[in-house]
Amino acid sequence: MNRTIGKVRDFFKIKKKAFKKDDKAAYLFSAPYVLVFIVFIILPIVLAMLLSLTSFDMVNFPKFVGLENFVYLFTADSEFMKSILPNTIKFAILIGPGGYILSFLMAWCLAQLPHRLRTVLAVILYTPSLTAGITMAVVWKVFFAGDESGYLNHILLEMGLIAEPIAFLQSPDYLFPIMIVVSLWGSMGVGFLAMLAGILNVPKELYEAAYIDGMKSRFQEIIYITIPSMKPQMLFGAVMAIVNAFSTGAIGVQLSGSNPTPNYAGSLIVNHIEDYGFIRYDMGYAAALSVVLLLIIYLFSKLAYRLFGERDRT
Amino acid sequence: MRRRFEAVKINPKRFRFNQLPFLLIVLPIAFVMMLPLVYIFSHAFKPYDELVEFPPRFLVRRPTLDNFIELFRASTTTGIPVSRYLFNSIFITFIVVVVSILLSSLTGYALSKMRFSVKGVISEVNTIALMFVGTAVAIPRYVVIEKLGLINNFLVHIVPFLAVPVGMFLIKQFIDQVPNELIEAAKMDGASHFMIYRKVILPLIKPAISTIAILSFQSVWNNADVSATYINSDSLKTFAYYMSTLSSASNPIAGMGMSAAASLIMFLPNLIFFIILQSQVMNTMAHSGIK
Repeated sequence: MNRTIGKVRDFFKIKKKAFKKDDKAAYLFSAPYVLVFIVFIILPIVLAMLLSLTSFDMVNFPKFVGLENFVYLFTADSEFMKSILPNTIKFAILIGPGGYILSFLMAWCLAQLPHRLRTVLAVILYTPSLTAGITMAVVWKVFFAGDESGYLNHILLEMGLIAEPIAFLQSPDYLFPIMIVVSLWGSMGVGFLAMLAGILNVPKELYEAAYIDGMKSRFQEIIYITIPSMKPQMLFGAVMAIVNAFSTGAIGVQLSGSNPTPNYAGSLIVNHIEDYGFIRYDMGYAAALSVVLLLIIYLFSKLAYRLFGERDRT
Repeated sequence: MRRRFEAVKINPKRFRFNQLPFLLIVLPIAFVMMLPLVYIFSHAFKPYDELVEFPPRFLVRRPTLDNFIELFRASTTTGIPVSRYLFNSIFITFIVVVVSILLSSLTGYALSKMRFSVKGVISEVNTIALMFVGTAVAIPRYVVIEKLGLINNFLVHIVPFLAVPVGMFLIKQFIDQVPNELIEAAKMDGASHFMIYRKVILPLIKPAISTIAILSFQSVWNNADVSATYINSDSLKTFAYYMSTLSSASNPIAGMGMSAAASLIMFLPNLIFFIILQSQVMNTMAHSGIK
């Protein structure tokens, strides 16, 4: 017992010494960032966990209800199990890994081209991600508009493939595929640029050595040289792809113009959170949904770290 | 010998015909990616009859500035001119970009180069926060912002966006590349930490600064959610929000031209900034890896 106390005391003594040696300016320099970081990033996450155990309507003080919200979530919220959760997982898999593989493929092809040409094409591929959010929805709404004036409807009518215009954005069948197309279109963001830079920075000597050692194809080149040499960028790209997959989730509501989307066809957890939080004022339940979403994001990231991380951080 | 020649295909100096297959993969995709962007440009300059024309045409034939004139003449039902929204957006974006650069670079310097015993913890937590999705915690965020008294307060556009984990991460990675000897030498000459930051670090990390400038510019300039969620007074809302109301306005035909013009105004600054700064961004991205 005494030894444990002694150990703890020693630990703190060492720590104290270390603190004393610190540059005082470091505290001053990092304080503003850390403060904003804690208040607007850490605190909401902690609060989400606490509120998820309560019933809270924004007016009365939160009432502790234990795991009731989670029980309701998995047993009684029929939309959640039937549409929201499968939609979210499907969307995340198509946009996360899908967008990621597309980004890598594009980056790799671009790396084979000379500098000028590559830059122009990289800017074109990156630009859609700049329009994220509101501009994106406005443009695509016209393209998929439900009457004859919509471009897609017009083209299909001209070609005689359909007899009358389809209300793409109001249709439970089409909304989800359209969300995938629009999100993939905007998925080549920072992660894409990071991977492009990563591929360009792989030392050429590595390739030369590998070819001398008998490497045969360009595919082998990617698997054995390119990806292993740029694991850190691959990981950064993966994390960015995951974040992108979950933050563009609101696109379904923006395109269809209603929350919940028709038949919940394009609703993801993000929309469900807003539905319960800002429309039904059931903040405790919305917080429980947030916790589930954070867990899903965490699991996806964990997988990315497994694949590309040089050490396990989380 | 031929194999060795193949080995240096990446990042070629000039165009050769063996690059053609790659070009053929990228070009169609780039073309499709570009269509909506061409549409934004083309649509904004269409006169009224071309906007409602049937069958719809993709490209403008008789370009006009009518949509822009109409947009700036129009004011909302509450009598607030569009220029007010635009001013709000420009002001907010400018402040956020400048202050977030300042905060991330100061922190990046402290974490990368100073004697600072909690720097490991802060860096780790920040790296985990890279996967933070703001919309996931919209509700508790709302509670925090309400308790801080920021509802319907102009500051709500600014303060929550000052900490950008991705920006801080990139800038710290970049400062890690600055040789320690440089800082030691400056210390020998009696420079204070702030002097080192200003005279040594800042000039050396310009590429990283450009990058986070772009990142935080995008997140704020395109943001319509803050105005929709936290702001009640119309005079405090942003241009992005105003644009989102145009497309869902009660009169979709009349709103179409203004909406098209507004889209271009929203989009263009994004594009121009990125084109100007793209080489700096690529330079930063080379150090973006999570180790």
